[in-house]
Amino acid sequence: MSVLLLAEHDNGKLSPATARLVAAASQLGPVDLLVVAEAPAAIAEAASTLSHVRKVLVAQGQSTAEALALTLESCAQRYQSVSANASSVGKDVIPRLAAKLDIQPVTDIVAIAAPNRFTRPIYAGNALETVTDPQPLHLLTFRASAFRPVAAGGSAPVETLENSVTSLARLLAAHRNQSDVPDLSTAQIVIGGGVSVGSAEGFQLIEKLGKTLGAAVGATRAAVDAGYAPNDWQIGQTGKIIAPDLYIAIGISGALQHLAGIQGAKKILAINTDAESPLMKLADVALVGDLFEVVPQLIAELEKLGVSRPTG
Amino acid sequence: MKILVAVKRVVDHNVRIRVRPDGTGVETAGVRMSMNPFCKHAVEAAVQLAEAGKADEIVVVSIGPKNTNDVILTALAMGAHRGILVEAEQTLETLTIAQLLAKIVDEEQPDLILLGKQAVDDDSNHVGQMLAALTNRPQATFASEIKLDGTTLEVTREVDYGRETLSLPLPAVVTADLRLNTPRNAALPMVMKARSKPLAVRAAADLGVDLTPRLIVENISPPPERVAGRSVASVAEFAAAVAAEVNEMEAL
Repeated sequence: MSVLLLAEHDNGKLSPATARLVAAASQLGPVDLLVVAEAPAAIAEAASTLSHVRKVLVAQGQSTAEALALTLESCAQRYQSVSANASSVGKDVIPRLAAKLDIQPVTDIVAIAAPNRFTRPIYAGNALETVTDPQPLHLLTFRASAFRPVAAGGSAPVETLENSVTSLARLLAAHRNQSDVPDLSTAQIVIGGGVSVGSAEGFQLIEKLGKTLGAAVGATRAAVDAGYAPNDWQIGQTGKIIAPDLYIAIGISGALQHLAGIQGAKKILAINTDAESPLMKLADVALVGDLFEVVPQLIAELEKLGVSRPTG
Repeated sequence: MKILVAVKRVVDHNVRIRVRPDGTGVETAGVRMSMNPFCKHAVEAAVQLAEAGKADEIVVVSIGPKNTNDVILTALAMGAHRGILVEAEQTLETLTIAQLLAKIVDEEQPDLILLGKQAVDDDSNHVGQMLAALTNRPQATFASEIKLDGTTLEVTREVDYGRETLSLPLPAVVTADLRLNTPRNAALPMVMKARSKPLAVRAAADLGVDLTPRLIVENISPPPERVAGRSVASVAEFAAAVAAEVNEMEAL
């Protein structure tokens, strides 16, 4: 059974999530990767080097949900599965495509038991639902953080598609938060800051620790709402779902929706003034203390121990 | 301009849910239910457009058993003008919900459809996108800002890389994110008034949509539990724990 997978990319670069999606999709069958972008050439070239990719299909075009759904629809009939990342792009397009094709999609997949049997979290990750999909075509999104990336070293052929779809919705402006920290949803180490970080300046302290550890930086919804951190840093049920090897939570009490976002973390280390907060209770290692005192000391201790990981 | 808002009744988001031991689902009997939080933002956005003189009618629709009435009443108390309950006792999949809503859209012909971006029970995040496809309308999901200028919407959406602004012609479908607005709590007089607003009841079975689920739900289970950790007394010990994790990671 062959799979068409929509490649995840941003700002002209293939996203590290794509290698994880290929790993998931290749459990269902041979994977053709589709790159749709205004300027797709460099992205397609990077995509062709991923192992387990049979071929890379390239279409020049818009990335609105309408346009992507039409492009995917034009190829869908040749596959048994059409899939994408459970990201803002995949969430936007796969349900739209599903309704057009009269298929019930299965989204946010975190485990694959068989090519038509999938597990996905519900109720903010407080329950796991396993479904069998008996439909002739499977429309799926995978949670990239739940899968280990495939290696590089492939050399898939690249094929250009005719693509002339148009969309009623038009992109007027993209507001990208400039940052040189690793991608939050695929980083091996993530540092999260809560509302008690207190200000955007406070978050610079968190970022400094992030630099020492080569870590991505995230924030709780409350910290984003308060304007201390940009919205694309939000970790949680409706923000980004992360699954790093190490998550360091700083000044985070552990609201349900935040816990939903970090359930996949292998190890959780927490610093908080309140020893009784939910996150301190479930952390593998917890330290009670004021973050403004502890974090600078922690950076100094890590330097003493010679811990330094390059970013990116 | 007419706005249609679709709302869902879910287990209240403050309730800690319990998975039934037999794996058939999540316990909902005797559990507090309320309007899905994201749907509240959609209702609030509609009411604000009406208050700004940009919309003259807000129709709120919900699908579910008889007692789904209560979330429609909540929306009416917030300022919606009339309600439609599409009554269905069984659990419906998102595609079926979107197909039922498309039938209501056919009848009502709204200029704008607002929904919450996802329901906090199934966490699907499907229905707005599906409804946009079925009604052949442009969509803007995860909206954190809506500006209406004549028949053109300017919507700022929260995406993985930050934010983006879309322009889309009406009629369109927009799904609400949390930062779109602050939903109001209806004052008691509005709650009383809501009861006298029109509320039509339709049977889902009469709308010409096949209600049979496409997927087979095998099992609902609780997530694996985390083992409680240890607490350390000093920053040095904490740093050593971080260093140990980093070393273990690098060794892999």
